[in-house]
Amino acid sequence: MEYLLQQIINGLTLGAIYGLIAIGYTMVYGIIGMINFAHGDVFMIGAFISIITFALLWMGGVTSIPLAIVLVLFTTMLFTAVYGWTVERIAYRPLRGSFRLAPLISAIGMSIFLQNYVQLLQGARIKPLPPLISGGIVLMEGDGFAVQINYTQMIIIAVTVALMTAFTLLITRTPLGRAQRACEQDRGMAALLGVDVDRTISLTFVMGAALAAVAGLMFALYYGVVDFFIGFLAGLKAFTAAVLGGIGSLPGAMLGGILIGLIEALWSGYFSVEYKDVAAFAVLVLVLVFRPTGLLGRPEIEKV
Amino acid sequence: MAVAGDPAPAAPPIAAILKDAALAAIVTFALALPLVGFETIDVSGVGLGLNFRFAAVAIATATVFLGRIGLAAIALGRPIAVLVPSAGVAAAAALGPWPMRTVAWLVAIAAAVLALRAGLALRRLAPGAGAGAAIPARIVGRLRRVAPPLLLALGVAFPFLPFTDQRLLDIAILVVTYVMLGWGLNIVVGLAGLLDLGYVAFYAVGAYTFGLLALNFDVGFWGALPAAGALAAMVGLLLGFPVLRLRGDYLAIVTLGFGEIIRIVLQNWWEVTGGPNGVSNIPRPTFFGLPFKAEPDEGEATFATFLGLDFSPAHRVTFLYFIILAMALIVNAFTRRIRRLPVGRAWEALREDEIACRALGINPTNTKLSAFAIGAMFAGFAGSFFAARQGFISPESFTFIESAVILAIVVLGGMGSQLGIVLAAIVLIGLPEFLRELNQFRMLAFGAGMVAIMVWRPLGLLSHREPTIRLHATGDRA
Repeated sequence: MEYLLQQIINGLTLGAIYGLIAIGYTMVYGIIGMINFAHGDVFMIGAFISIITFALLWMGGVTSIPLAIVLVLFTTMLFTAVYGWTVERIAYRPLRGSFRLAPLISAIGMSIFLQNYVQLLQGARIKPLPPLISGGIVLMEGDGFAVQINYTQMIIIAVTVALMTAFTLLITRTPLGRAQRACEQDRGMAALLGVDVDRTISLTFVMGAALAAVAGLMFALYYGVVDFFIGFLAGLKAFTAAVLGGIGSLPGAMLGGILIGLIEALWSGYFSVEYKDVAAFAVLVLVLVFRPTGLLGRPEIEKV
Repeated sequence: MAVAGDPAPAAPPIAAILKDAALAAIVTFALALPLVGFETIDVSGVGLGLNFRFAAVAIATATVFLGRIGLAAIALGRPIAVLVPSAGVAAAAALGPWPMRTVAWLVAIAAAVLALRAGLALRRLAPGAGAGAAIPARIVGRLRRVAPPLLLALGVAFPFLPFTDQRLLDIAILVVTYVMLGWGLNIVVGLAGLLDLGYVAFYAVGAYTFGLLALNFDVGFWGALPAAGALAAMVGLLLGFPVLRLRGDYLAIVTLGFGEIIRIVLQNWWEVTGGPNGVSNIPRPTFFGLPFKAEPDEGEATFATFLGLDFSPAHRVTFLYFIILAMALIVNAFTRRIRRLPVGRAWEALREDEIACRALGINPTNTKLSAFAIGAMFAGFAGSFFAARQGFISPESFTFIESAVILAIVVLGGMGSQLGIVLAAIVLIGLPEFLRELNQFRMLAFGAGMVAIMVWRPLGLLSHREPTIRLHATGDRA
């Protein structure tokens, strides 16, 4: 029982990170119908920018950890968003109206490029981030096993909930969100009605990248190590989360993220750690085969 | 620019150009500052330290700023004003004794591209240069007629050419292996239009089939070859059956996930596959039962003793080369023939329009499944050759990046173009083997190349492909 509770707490934390990345996939898919394969690598760039900013703040003598985290959060979001914008501008925008698989192939190229770009610039070795926040709250204690939620996990879940709330408000209440939903339904019609489609798509990528940057920071805080290859697996799992929740649906992305996090944590807790990635991929295959619209997605009708 | 006879505006919009260039420079600065400007280093005790590389950031920003202005100037019809300084910068950056070699090279490449564009613009402005755009199509057309027989002759004669040494032959075997994989994947991606990102899984199945059969049952290469192909095709059918109903991009991700599952299983199921240590001591192929050995056992005939030759290790490498060349040519011949059969036509029709195909009575699932399984079978053959050549296999050889490389060969070559795949394999696999010092940039260039091809020539380098059928045998092409 205690062990199960602990795994659920770990799974929720992991799920929050996956959910933040999954939103980037689901928004882009909703608006332009492509899988942004490079999104996982944007997340990886976010993780790198966050540890670089941490190192810079220490050199600058910032010792207050809450202040440092807030500063790093905003810096990382800002600079990673520029990466998101540039990726769209260079690799995807010229391909609108090209043949069906062109954007996906371009995205795979972009993903390979970004991985090797970071590897060349920052080295192939694992970068450690010393633990910043120690300790936690013991929730329950029973037969020698303490269920603990540590402060890092609390920060991750709190920040995710706050960001999700802000983000939902942005989509449902602001002109930008309205433009985005309009583009999602019918890009041509939205353009006729005066919505700047290019700008809306750019902003979608910017927002997705900013959320992925937060996920990158969380990842660095939670695991304490970052390398140039983390984006591949995390991106695939986040994509699985987006598909599981129903691609195109924002609450679905969050729900899918949490489910994938839980599946992974429980699988490694009860079955085998070696095969935890197999579990995530198997879920992906099963969902796509039996319920391609995911849990909260709408069925997609293919028209001629 | 398209307005006919419209001269360059009297006063170029300098303010707008500067604004655009400044924006591009700001974006470059923001991109470069965190990742180029700081390098994370390990510091004992603290864990993380930083090196500063601000000069590189400044150079990158300046290059983009000037490059943007240069592009605008070309668009305004001032190519000479751009050509001279950019060519000068390119030469100076490439040849000068600069401390940061990599940065200097990147600046040189950027300046050279700019100079090239200026040069092209200049030629277009010159009087009587109307045919400029038509040249590539004509060259490609001639290349397509002349190149295949030439390449085939070169391929067959290659081991006997005077400059061919063992290292060159090894590289050639590698290149031909990738040509075969490219041709195999081309059936799936180029003809049937199914984006398969897990192709390496079938390659791995083939390699492990041979490796494990040899290890456990003492089966030789030739005995294991059909089994490897059959098993890979079976795995292709098993995977394909549930997932081939999916839309193109979903299919891509599922195949990628499947490729990773196969690799993880190979890595962790160590009772059977040997785990990360892989399978070693895989026997080499024999020549009709004659092994290639320096010291034969008592009474055993080897290739050298049987033919009365002196033993030379080159015999074995040459033999391997001809095996893979023959296998690759079989794939090629197969593809060329099957494109004329109903199933091949159905693949291509399905690629173009699935709904129309369904209306015409083609069963999409079965048709796709056949392409998928045949592609998988060829990957299985290639995999068992890989195991025989290396004598050792481990899961590390079958990562996603390998699938991406094969896909890049197909995409860069021009999807569906057999000749393009050969050229792309030579460029992507052969060249980096010679330029070892540039190896660290290889994958970077791979990724950038895939994006660039999609942006500029989405149908590949040799995208000019003959249609399979023409309605009017002598009529004009539509």
